[in-house]
Amino acid sequence: MKVIEIIDLHKSFDDNYVLRGVNLEVKKGESLVIIGGSGSGKSVLLKHIIGLMRPDRGKVIIDSVDLASLDEDGLNEIRKKFGMLFQSAALFDSMTVWENVGFGLRRHTNLSDEEIKEIAIQKLNMVGLVGVEDLMPSELSGGMRKRVGLARAIAMEPEILLYDEPTTGLDPIMADAINDLIIKMRETLSVTSVTITHDMRSAYKIADTIAMLYNGVIIEKGTPDEIRNSDNPVVRQFIEGRAEGPISLEGIER
Amino acid sequence: MIVKIIEFIGSIAERPALGLGRIILLLFSILRWMVRPPFDFRNILTQMATIGVNSLPVVLITAVFTGMVLALQSYTGFKRFGAEGFVGSVVALSMTRELGPVLSAIIVTGRAGAAMAAEIGTMRVTEQIDALETMATNPIQYLIVPRFISGLIMLPALTVITDVVGIMGGYFVTVILLGTSSSGYMRATWDYLQLGDIYSGLIKACFFGAAFTLICCYKGFYAQGGAEGVGKATTGAVVYSSMTILISDYFLSAWLFR
Repeated sequence: MKVIEIIDLHKSFDDNYVLRGVNLEVKKGESLVIIGGSGSGKSVLLKHIIGLMRPDRGKVIIDSVDLASLDEDGLNEIRKKFGMLFQSAALFDSMTVWENVGFGLRRHTNLSDEEIKEIAIQKLNMVGLVGVEDLMPSELSGGMRKRVGLARAIAMEPEILLYDEPTTGLDPIMADAINDLIIKMRETLSVTSVTITHDMRSAYKIADTIAMLYNGVIIEKGTPDEIRNSDNPVVRQFIEGRAEGPISLEGIER
Repeated sequence: MIVKIIEFIGSIAERPALGLGRIILLLFSILRWMVRPPFDFRNILTQMATIGVNSLPVVLITAVFTGMVLALQSYTGFKRFGAEGFVGSVVALSMTRELGPVLSAIIVTGRAGAAMAAEIGTMRVTEQIDALETMATNPIQYLIVPRFISGLIMLPALTVITDVVGIMGGYFVTVILLGTSSSGYMRATWDYLQLGDIYSGLIKACFFGAAFTLICCYKGFYAQGGAEGVGKATTGAVVYSSMTILISDYFLSAWLFR
Protein backbone atom coordinates (compact mmCIF):
# COMPACT_ATOMS: atom_id res chain seq x y z
CA MET A 1 0.00 0.00 0.00
CA LYS A 2 1.33 3.41 -0.96
CA VAL A 3 1.51 5.84 1.94
CA ILE A 4 3.25 8.67 0.12
CA GLU A 5 2.97 9.33 -3.57
CA ILE A 6 4.64 12.23 -5.35
CA ILE A 7 3.66 12.85 -8.96
CA ASP A 8 5.53 15.18 -11.31
CA LEU A 9 6.44 17.70 -8.60
CA HIS A 10 7.82 21.05 -9.76
CA LYS A 11 9.00 23.92 -7.59
CA SER A 12 11.04 27.02 -8.27
CA PHE A 13 12.12 30.03 -6.21
CA ASP A 14 12.49 33.15 -8.36
CA ASP A 15 15.00 32.04 -11.01
CA ASN A 16 16.07 28.91 -9.17
CA TYR A 17 14.26 25.89 -10.64
CA VAL A 18 14.78 23.38 -7.82
CA LEU A 19 12.42 20.45 -8.44
CA ARG A 20 11.78 19.59 -12.08
CA GLY A 21 9.34 16.71 -12.06
CA VAL A 22 9.97 14.44 -9.09
CA ASN A 23 8.12 11.11 -9.07
CA LEU A 24 8.39 8.98 -5.97
CA GLU A 25 6.37 6.57 -3.89
CA VAL A 26 6.81 5.12 -0.44
CA LYS A 27 5.07 1.95 0.70
CA LYS A 28 3.72 1.34 4.19
CA GLY A 29 6.50 0.40 6.58
CA GLU A 30 9.23 1.23 4.07
CA SER A 31 12.32 3.23 4.95
CA LEU A 32 13.20 5.46 2.02
CA VAL A 33 16.42 7.46 2.02
CA ILE A 34 16.79 10.34 -0.43
CA ILE A 35 20.39 11.21 -1.17
CA GLY A 36 21.74 14.18 -3.06
CA GLY A 37 24.23 17.01 -2.81
CA SER A 38 23.84 20.21 -0.87
CA GLY A 39 21.35 22.48 -2.62
CA SER A 40 19.88 19.63 -4.68
CA GLY A 41 16.40 20.29 -3.27
CA LYS A 42 16.18 17.42 -0.76
CA SER A 43 14.86 19.64 2.02
CA VAL A 44 12.42 21.30 -0.37
CA LEU A 45 11.12 17.85 -1.33
CA LEU A 46 10.72 16.87 2.33
CA LYS A 47 8.86 20.11 3.09
CA HIS A 48 6.40 19.32 0.31
CA ILE A 49 5.63 15.92 1.80
CA ILE A 50 4.39 17.49 5.04
CA GLY A 51 2.73 20.44 3.32
CA LEU A 52 5.09 23.16 4.55
CA MET A 53 5.49 24.15 0.90
CA ARG A 54 2.97 24.07 -1.92
CA PRO A 55 4.01 22.69 -5.31
CA ASP A 56 4.05 24.91 -8.42
CA ARG A 57 2.89 21.89 -10.39
CA GLY A 58 2.28 18.22 -9.60
CA LYS A 59 0.79 16.38 -6.66
CA VAL A 60 1.69 15.13 -3.22
CA ILE A 61 -0.66 12.35 -2.09
CA ILE A 62 -0.63 11.08 1.50
CA ASP A 63 -2.82 8.04 2.27
CA SER A 64 -4.78 8.65 -0.98
CA VAL A 65 -5.45 12.33 -0.09
CA ASP A 66 -4.11 15.05 -2.37
CA LEU A 67 -2.61 17.72 -0.11
CA ALA A 68 -3.59 20.47 -2.56
CA SER A 69 -7.27 19.64 -1.99
CA LEU A 70 -7.05 20.33 1.74
CA ASP A 71 -7.72 23.53 3.67
CA GLU A 72 -5.73 24.49 6.78
CA ASP A 73 -7.77 22.20 9.08
CA GLY A 74 -7.53 19.25 6.71
CA LEU A 75 -3.81 19.76 6.38
CA ASN A 76 -3.44 19.84 10.16
CA GLU A 77 -5.36 16.56 10.44
CA ILE A 78 -2.94 14.97 7.95
CA ARG A 79 0.04 16.44 9.79
CA LYS A 80 -0.96 14.58 12.94
CA LYS A 81 0.10 11.41 11.12
CA PHE A 82 3.61 12.81 10.83
CA GLY A 83 6.58 13.27 13.07
CA MET A 84 9.54 15.25 11.84
CA LEU A 85 13.10 15.49 13.08
CA PHE A 86 14.73 18.71 11.90
CA GLN A 87 18.37 19.09 10.96
CA SER A 88 19.00 21.52 13.81
CA ALA A 89 16.43 19.68 15.98
CA ALA A 90 14.39 22.96 16.05
CA LEU A 91 13.60 22.58 19.75
CA PHE A 92 11.56 25.42 21.24
CA ASP A 93 14.19 27.17 23.30
CA SER A 94 11.71 28.88 25.60
CA MET A 95 10.46 25.52 26.91
CA THR A 96 11.98 22.74 28.98
CA VAL A 97 12.83 19.41 27.39
CA TRP A 98 9.65 17.69 28.57
CA GLU A 99 7.48 20.59 27.41
CA ASN A 100 9.10 20.27 24.00
CA VAL A 101 8.41 16.57 23.83
CA GLY A 102 4.88 17.02 25.13
CA PHE A 103 4.06 20.00 22.90
CA GLY A 104 1.79 18.11 20.53
CA LEU A 105 0.04 16.35 23.40
CA ARG A 106 -0.61 19.64 25.14
CA ARG A 107 -2.06 21.16 21.97
CA HIS A 108 -4.12 18.26 20.73
CA THR A 109 -5.19 16.21 23.74
CA ASN A 110 -6.87 16.93 27.06
CA LEU A 111 -4.21 15.23 29.15
CA SER A 112 -3.05 16.91 32.34
CA ASP A 113 0.49 18.28 32.65
CA GLU A 114 1.46 15.42 34.95
CA GLU A 115 0.30 12.82 32.41
CA ILE A 116 2.05 14.65 29.57
CA LYS A 117 5.28 14.83 31.53
CA GLU A 118 5.06 11.11 32.24
CA ILE A 119 4.63 10.32 28.54
CA ALA A 120 7.46 12.70 27.66
CA ILE A 121 9.80 10.96 30.10
CA GLN A 122 8.84 7.60 28.61
CA LYS A 123 9.58 8.85 25.07
CA LEU A 124 12.86 10.33 26.25
CA ASN A 125 13.80 6.95 27.73
CA MET A 126 13.03 5.37 24.36
CA VAL A 127 15.70 7.52 22.73
CA GLY A 128 18.12 6.79 25.54
CA LEU A 129 17.81 9.96 27.58
CA VAL A 130 17.28 9.82 31.33
CA GLY A 131 16.96 12.69 33.79
CA VAL A 132 17.05 15.52 31.24
CA GLU A 133 13.34 16.36 31.26
CA ASP A 134 13.65 19.54 33.32
CA LEU A 135 16.65 20.95 31.46
CA MET A 136 16.40 23.69 28.86
CA PRO A 137 17.42 22.86 25.25
CA SER A 138 20.40 25.25 25.49
CA GLU A 139 21.89 23.01 28.18
CA LEU A 140 22.06 19.98 25.86
CA SER A 141 24.78 18.79 23.48
CA GLY A 142 24.11 18.47 19.74
CA GLY A 143 23.50 14.73 19.92
CA MET A 144 21.16 15.09 22.87
CA ARG A 145 19.19 17.82 21.09
CA LYS A 146 18.68 15.52 18.12
CA ARG A 147 17.46 12.79 20.42
CA VAL A 148 15.05 15.16 22.16
CA GLY A 149 13.89 16.18 18.68
CA LEU A 150 13.30 12.53 17.90
CA ALA A 151 11.41 12.00 21.16
CA ARG A 152 9.22 14.98 20.22
CA ALA A 153 8.67 13.56 16.74
CA ILE A 154 7.42 10.23 18.12
CA ALA A 155 5.41 11.67 21.03
CA MET A 156 2.12 11.67 19.11
CA GLU A 157 2.75 8.14 17.81
CA PRO A 158 2.94 9.08 14.14
CA GLU A 159 2.57 6.74 11.19
CA ILE A 160 5.20 8.51 9.13
CA LEU A 161 8.55 9.85 10.35
CA LEU A 162 10.54 12.39 8.36
CA TYR A 163 14.22 12.84 9.11
CA ASP A 164 16.06 15.91 7.79
CA GLU A 165 19.79 15.12 7.78
CA PRO A 166 19.65 13.23 11.07
CA THR A 167 23.39 12.59 11.35
CA THR A 168 24.75 15.91 10.08
CA GLY A 169 26.96 17.73 12.54
CA LEU A 170 27.42 14.76 14.87
CA ASP A 171 30.57 12.80 15.64
CA PRO A 172 30.72 9.35 13.95
CA ILE A 173 29.79 7.45 17.11
CA MET A 174 26.81 9.66 17.90
CA ALA A 175 25.81 9.51 14.22
CA ASP A 176 25.76 5.74 14.38
CA ALA A 177 23.77 5.84 17.60
CA ILE A 178 21.18 7.98 15.80
CA ASN A 179 21.14 5.45 12.93
CA ASP A 180 20.45 2.68 15.45
CA LEU A 181 17.65 4.76 16.93
CA ILE A 182 16.08 5.27 13.52
CA ILE A 183 16.14 1.50 12.95
CA LYS A 184 14.75 0.92 16.44
CA MET A 185 11.90 3.38 15.81
CA ARG A 186 10.97 1.48 12.69
CA GLU A 187 11.07 -1.89 14.38
CA THR A 188 9.24 -0.93 17.55
CA LEU A 189 6.74 1.57 16.13
CA SER A 190 6.45 0.07 12.61
CA VAL A 191 6.44 3.51 11.03
CA THR A 192 7.03 4.50 7.43
CA SER A 193 10.03 6.78 7.18
CA VAL A 194 11.61 9.20 4.73
CA THR A 195 15.13 10.39 5.44
CA ILE A 196 17.17 12.89 3.51
CA THR A 197 20.91 12.74 3.93
CA HIS A 198 24.26 12.96 2.20
CA ASP A 199 25.84 10.61 4.70
CA MET A 200 26.23 7.35 2.72
CA ARG A 201 27.12 5.20 5.74
CA SER A 202 23.86 6.23 7.33
CA ALA A 203 21.93 5.72 4.08
CA TYR A 204 23.19 2.14 3.61
CA LYS A 205 22.43 1.32 7.22
CA ILE A 206 18.87 2.59 7.58
CA ALA A 207 17.41 2.32 4.06
CA ASP A 208 15.17 -0.27 2.43
CA THR A 209 15.25 1.91 -0.65
CA ILE A 210 17.61 4.68 -1.68
CA ALA A 211 16.66 7.34 -4.22
CA MET A 212 19.08 9.89 -5.60
CA LEU A 213 17.90 13.42 -6.35
CA TYR A 214 19.98 15.25 -8.95
CA ASN A 215 19.15 18.29 -11.09
CA GLY A 216 15.61 18.33 -9.72
CA VAL A 217 14.66 14.75 -10.62
CA ILE A 218 15.10 11.27 -9.14
CA ILE A 219 17.83 9.77 -11.32
CA GLU A 220 18.12 6.39 -9.64
CA LYS A 221 16.15 4.36 -7.13
CA GLY A 222 16.92 0.95 -5.70
CA THR A 223 17.93 -1.14 -2.71
CA PRO A 224 21.18 -0.19 -0.96
CA ASP A 225 22.92 -3.01 -2.86
CA GLU A 226 21.59 -1.83 -6.20
CA ILE A 227 22.76 1.72 -5.48
CA ARG A 228 26.16 0.44 -4.34
CA ASN A 229 26.55 -1.38 -7.67
CA SER A 230 24.98 1.30 -9.88
CA ASP A 231 26.80 2.15 -13.11
CA ASN A 232 25.26 5.61 -13.38
CA PRO A 233 28.35 7.86 -13.30
CA VAL A 234 26.54 10.56 -11.29
CA VAL A 235 25.49 8.06 -8.63
CA ARG A 236 28.95 6.52 -8.56
CA GLN A 237 30.62 9.88 -8.08
CA PHE A 238 28.26 10.76 -5.24
CA ILE A 239 28.45 7.51 -3.28
CA GLU A 240 32.22 7.36 -3.66
CA GLY A 241 32.49 11.01 -2.65
CA ARG A 242 34.80 12.11 -5.45
CA ALA A 243 35.25 15.75 -6.49
CA GLU A 244 35.97 14.73 -10.08
CA GLY A 245 33.08 13.56 -12.22
CA PRO A 246 29.94 14.65 -14.00
CA ILE A 247 28.46 16.48 -10.98
CA SER A 248 29.41 20.12 -11.29
CA LEU A 249 30.41 21.85 -8.09
CA GLU A 250 29.08 25.33 -7.88
CA GLY A 251 31.75 28.00 -7.70
CA ILE A 252 34.66 25.59 -8.06
CA GLU A 253 36.67 25.72 -11.29
CA ARG A 254 38.36 22.59 -12.46
CA MET B 1 12.45 57.05 -21.74
CA ILE B 2 8.94 56.94 -20.31
CA VAL B 3 9.19 53.19 -19.92
CA LYS B 4 12.45 53.66 -18.00
CA ILE B 5 10.81 56.13 -15.62
CA ILE B 6 7.86 53.83 -15.02
CA GLU B 7 10.23 50.92 -14.45
CA PHE B 8 12.20 53.01 -11.98
CA ILE B 9 9.08 53.99 -10.04
CA GLY B 10 7.94 50.37 -10.11
CA SER B 11 11.25 49.12 -8.76
CA ILE B 12 11.05 51.57 -5.85
CA ALA B 13 7.39 50.87 -5.12
CA GLU B 14 7.55 47.09 -5.39
CA ARG B 15 8.98 46.25 -1.99
CA PRO B 16 6.90 48.62 0.15
CA ALA B 17 3.79 47.51 -1.73
CA LEU B 18 4.66 43.86 -1.13
CA GLY B 19 5.31 44.56 2.56
CA LEU B 20 2.08 46.48 2.97
CA GLY B 21 0.09 43.73 1.26
CA ARG B 22 1.62 41.06 3.46
CA ILE B 23 1.07 42.97 6.67
CA ILE B 24 -2.60 43.54 5.82
CA LEU B 25 -3.00 39.83 5.06
CA LEU B 26 -1.30 39.05 8.36
CA LEU B 27 -3.74 41.33 10.17
CA PHE B 28 -6.69 39.52 8.61
CA SER B 29 -5.18 36.16 9.57
CA ILE B 30 -4.74 37.35 13.14
CA LEU B 31 -8.35 38.53 13.35
CA ARG B 32 -9.56 35.23 11.91
CA TRP B 33 -7.47 33.09 14.28
CA MET B 34 -8.36 35.26 17.29
CA VAL B 35 -11.91 33.96 17.34
CA ARG B 36 -11.11 30.30 16.72
CA PRO B 37 -10.48 27.71 19.43
CA PRO B 38 -8.29 26.51 21.08
CA PHE B 39 -7.87 29.65 23.19
CA ASP B 40 -4.46 29.61 24.74
CA PHE B 41 -5.08 31.56 27.96
CA ARG B 42 -1.82 30.44 29.52
CA ASN B 43 0.12 31.87 26.60
CA ILE B 44 -1.90 35.10 26.62
CA LEU B 45 -1.20 35.61 30.35
CA THR B 46 2.52 35.03 29.80
CA GLN B 47 2.56 37.62 27.05
CA MET B 48 0.56 40.07 29.14
CA ALA B 49 3.19 39.74 31.83
CA THR B 50 6.00 40.27 29.32
CA ILE B 51 4.44 43.26 27.62
CA GLY B 52 2.73 44.86 30.58
CA VAL B 53 4.06 43.90 33.98
CA ASN B 54 7.71 43.67 32.97
CA SER B 55 7.55 47.06 31.27
CA LEU B 56 6.10 48.69 34.37
CA PRO B 57 9.32 49.91 36.08
CA VAL B 58 10.67 51.72 33.03
CA VAL B 59 7.23 53.10 32.15
CA LEU B 60 6.79 54.40 35.72
CA ILE B 61 10.15 56.15 35.76
CA THR B 62 9.53 57.71 32.36
CA ALA B 63 6.05 58.84 33.35
CA VAL B 64 7.04 60.45 36.64
CA PHE B 65 9.93 62.39 35.11
CA THR B 66 7.87 63.45 32.11
CA GLY B 67 5.17 64.81 34.43
CA MET B 68 7.87 66.55 36.47
CA VAL B 69 9.62 68.23 33.56
CA LEU B 70 6.30 69.20 32.01
CA ALA B 71 5.30 70.94 35.25
CA LEU B 72 8.68 72.61 35.61
CA GLN B 73 8.72 73.94 32.05
CA SER B 74 5.13 75.14 32.05
CA TYR B 75 5.56 76.74 35.44
CA THR B 76 8.57 78.80 34.38
CA GLY B 77 6.95 79.63 31.06
CA PHE B 78 3.53 80.47 32.43
CA LYS B 79 4.97 82.57 35.20
CA ARG B 80 5.98 85.16 32.58
CA PHE B 81 2.36 86.03 31.99
CA GLY B 82 1.05 85.11 35.39
CA ALA B 83 -0.68 81.88 34.44
CA GLU B 84 1.03 79.53 36.93
CA GLY B 85 -2.39 78.40 38.06
CA PHE B 86 -2.84 76.44 34.84
CA VAL B 87 0.16 74.14 35.28
CA GLY B 88 -2.06 71.37 36.63
CA SER B 89 -4.34 71.58 33.60
CA VAL B 90 -1.45 71.49 31.17
CA VAL B 91 0.08 68.45 32.82
CA ALA B 92 -3.24 66.59 33.04
CA LEU B 93 -4.31 67.33 29.46
CA SER B 94 -0.88 66.60 27.98
CA MET B 95 -0.52 63.35 29.84
CA THR B 96 -3.98 61.92 29.16
CA ARG B 97 -4.42 63.08 25.58
CA GLU B 98 -0.92 62.75 24.25
CA LEU B 99 2.06 61.73 26.33
CA GLY B 100 0.51 58.84 28.25
CA PRO B 101 -0.35 56.73 25.20
CA VAL B 102 2.58 57.80 23.01
CA LEU B 103 5.31 57.45 25.63
CA SER B 104 4.13 54.09 26.89
CA ALA B 105 3.78 52.84 23.30
CA ILE B 106 7.29 53.95 22.35
CA ILE B 107 8.81 52.45 25.49
CA VAL B 108 6.96 49.16 25.19
CA THR B 109 7.98 48.96 21.52
CA GLY B 110 11.64 49.39 22.45
CA ARG B 111 11.40 46.82 25.20
CA ALA B 112 8.82 44.18 24.37
CA GLY B 113 8.44 44.85 20.63
CA ALA B 114 12.13 44.41 19.91
CA ALA B 115 12.18 41.22 21.97
CA MET B 116 9.11 39.98 20.09
CA ALA B 117 10.69 40.52 16.68
CA ALA B 118 13.96 38.93 17.79
CA GLU B 119 12.27 35.91 19.36
CA ILE B 120 9.93 35.18 16.45
CA GLY B 121 12.72 35.91 13.96
CA THR B 122 15.03 33.46 15.70
CA MET B 123 12.26 30.88 15.71
CA ARG B 124 11.87 31.43 11.97
CA VAL B 125 15.54 31.04 11.06
CA THR B 126 16.06 28.01 13.33
CA GLU B 127 13.06 26.17 11.82
CA GLN B 128 11.07 26.33 15.06
CA ILE B 129 8.13 27.86 13.17
CA ASP B 130 8.27 24.99 10.66
CA ALA B 131 8.33 22.62 13.62
CA LEU B 132 5.15 24.23 14.98
CA GLU B 133 3.43 23.67 11.65
CA THR B 134 4.52 20.04 11.45
CA MET B 135 2.89 19.57 14.84
CA ALA B 136 -0.42 20.78 13.41
CA THR B 137 -0.15 24.14 15.18
CA ASN B 138 -0.82 27.33 13.26
CA PRO B 139 2.09 29.67 14.09
CA ILE B 140 -0.04 32.78 13.69
CA GLN B 141 -2.54 31.46 16.21
CA TYR B 142 0.12 30.18 18.58
CA LEU B 143 2.74 32.94 18.39
CA ILE B 144 1.14 36.12 17.11
CA VAL B 145 -2.46 36.11 18.38
CA PRO B 146 -1.50 36.03 22.11
CA ARG B 147 0.96 38.89 21.58
CA PHE B 148 -1.58 40.92 19.63
CA ILE B 149 -4.27 40.47 22.28
CA SER B 150 -1.81 41.35 25.04
CA GLY B 151 -0.74 44.52 23.22
CA LEU B 152 -4.35 45.49 22.78
CA ILE B 153 -5.10 45.04 26.50
CA MET B 154 -1.87 46.03 28.19
CA LEU B 155 -1.08 49.27 26.41
CA PRO B 156 -4.28 51.00 27.59
CA ALA B 157 -3.60 49.60 31.06
CA LEU B 158 -0.09 51.05 31.05
CA THR B 159 -1.46 54.31 29.72
CA VAL B 160 -3.80 54.68 32.69
CA ILE B 161 -0.85 54.17 35.02
CA THR B 162 1.28 56.61 33.04
CA ASP B 163 -1.46 59.24 33.22
CA VAL B 164 -1.82 58.95 36.98
CA VAL B 165 1.90 58.81 37.71
CA GLY B 166 2.64 61.70 35.34
CA ILE B 167 0.05 63.88 37.08
CA MET B 168 1.58 62.90 40.43
CA GLY B 169 5.02 63.89 39.13
CA GLY B 170 3.61 67.26 38.10
CA TYR B 171 2.04 67.66 41.53
CA PHE B 172 5.34 66.88 43.22
CA VAL B 173 7.24 69.56 41.28
CA THR B 174 4.56 72.25 41.35
CA VAL B 175 3.36 71.84 44.90
CA ILE B 176 6.26 70.40 46.85
CA LEU B 177 9.29 71.80 45.03
CA LEU B 178 7.89 75.10 43.77
CA GLY B 179 5.60 75.61 46.70
CA THR B 180 2.28 76.49 45.05
CA SER B 181 -0.97 75.50 46.70
CA SER B 182 -2.04 71.89 46.63
CA SER B 183 -5.73 72.62 46.25
CA GLY B 184 -4.99 75.04 43.39
CA TYR B 185 -3.10 72.33 41.48
CA MET B 186 -5.81 69.76 42.02
CA ARG B 187 -8.54 72.19 40.99
CA ALA B 188 -6.61 73.09 37.84
CA THR B 189 -6.30 69.39 37.09
CA TRP B 190 -9.95 68.50 37.60
CA ASP B 191 -11.62 71.61 36.26
CA TYR B 192 -10.40 71.26 32.72
CA LEU B 193 -10.01 67.50 32.43
CA GLN B 194 -12.92 65.75 30.75
CA LEU B 195 -13.66 62.09 30.48
CA GLY B 196 -13.29 62.43 26.71
CA ASP B 197 -9.62 63.33 27.16
CA ILE B 198 -9.00 60.08 28.98
CA TYR B 199 -11.08 57.99 26.56
CA SER B 200 -9.38 59.41 23.50
CA GLY B 201 -5.99 58.64 25.03
CA LEU B 202 -7.09 55.07 25.66
CA ILE B 203 -8.39 54.67 22.11
CA LYS B 204 -4.99 55.78 20.88
CA ALA B 205 -3.32 53.31 23.23
CA CYS B 206 -5.42 50.44 21.86
CA PHE B 207 -4.47 51.41 18.32
CA PHE B 208 -0.77 51.70 19.21
CA GLY B 209 -0.87 48.36 21.02
CA ALA B 210 -2.31 46.66 17.97
CA ALA B 211 0.05 48.47 15.59
CA PHE B 212 3.32 47.74 17.34
CA THR B 213 2.56 44.07 17.99
CA LEU B 214 1.45 43.64 14.38
CA ILE B 215 4.58 45.28 12.97
CA CYS B 216 7.04 43.61 15.34
CA CYS B 217 5.50 40.15 14.84
CA TYR B 218 5.39 40.70 11.08
CA LYS B 219 9.07 41.65 10.97
CA GLY B 220 10.06 38.60 13.01
CA PHE B 221 7.75 36.23 11.17
CA TYR B 222 9.22 37.09 7.77
CA ALA B 223 12.84 37.29 8.94
CA GLN B 224 15.32 35.36 6.85
CA GLY B 225 19.02 34.73 6.61
CA GLY B 226 20.36 33.79 10.04
CA ALA B 227 21.60 36.08 12.79
CA GLU B 228 21.99 39.06 10.47
CA GLY B 229 18.40 38.68 9.29
CA VAL B 230 17.13 38.60 12.86
CA GLY B 231 19.13 41.75 13.64
CA LYS B 232 17.68 43.55 10.64
CA ALA B 233 14.17 42.39 11.51
CA THR B 234 14.54 43.70 15.06
CA THR B 235 15.85 47.09 13.95
CA GLY B 236 13.13 47.37 11.32
CA ALA B 237 10.49 46.39 13.85
CA VAL B 238 11.43 49.15 16.29
CA VAL B 239 11.93 51.83 13.59
CA TYR B 240 8.69 51.13 11.72
CA SER B 241 6.64 50.70 14.90
CA SER B 242 7.89 53.98 16.36
CA MET B 243 7.28 55.82 13.11
CA THR B 244 3.81 54.33 12.79
CA ILE B 245 2.99 55.34 16.36
CA LEU B 246 4.15 58.94 15.91
CA ILE B 247 2.61 59.46 12.48
CA SER B 248 -0.71 57.81 13.29
CA ASP B 249 -0.80 59.81 16.52
CA TYR B 250 -1.25 63.01 14.53
CA PHE B 251 -4.06 61.58 12.42
CA LEU B 252 -5.76 59.94 15.39
CA SER B 253 -5.61 63.24 17.28
CA ALA B 254 -7.02 65.12 14.32
CA TRP B 255 -9.86 62.61 14.16
CA LEU B 256 -10.54 62.25 17.88
CA PHE B 257 -10.42 65.97 18.73
CA ARG B 258 -12.37 67.30 15.74
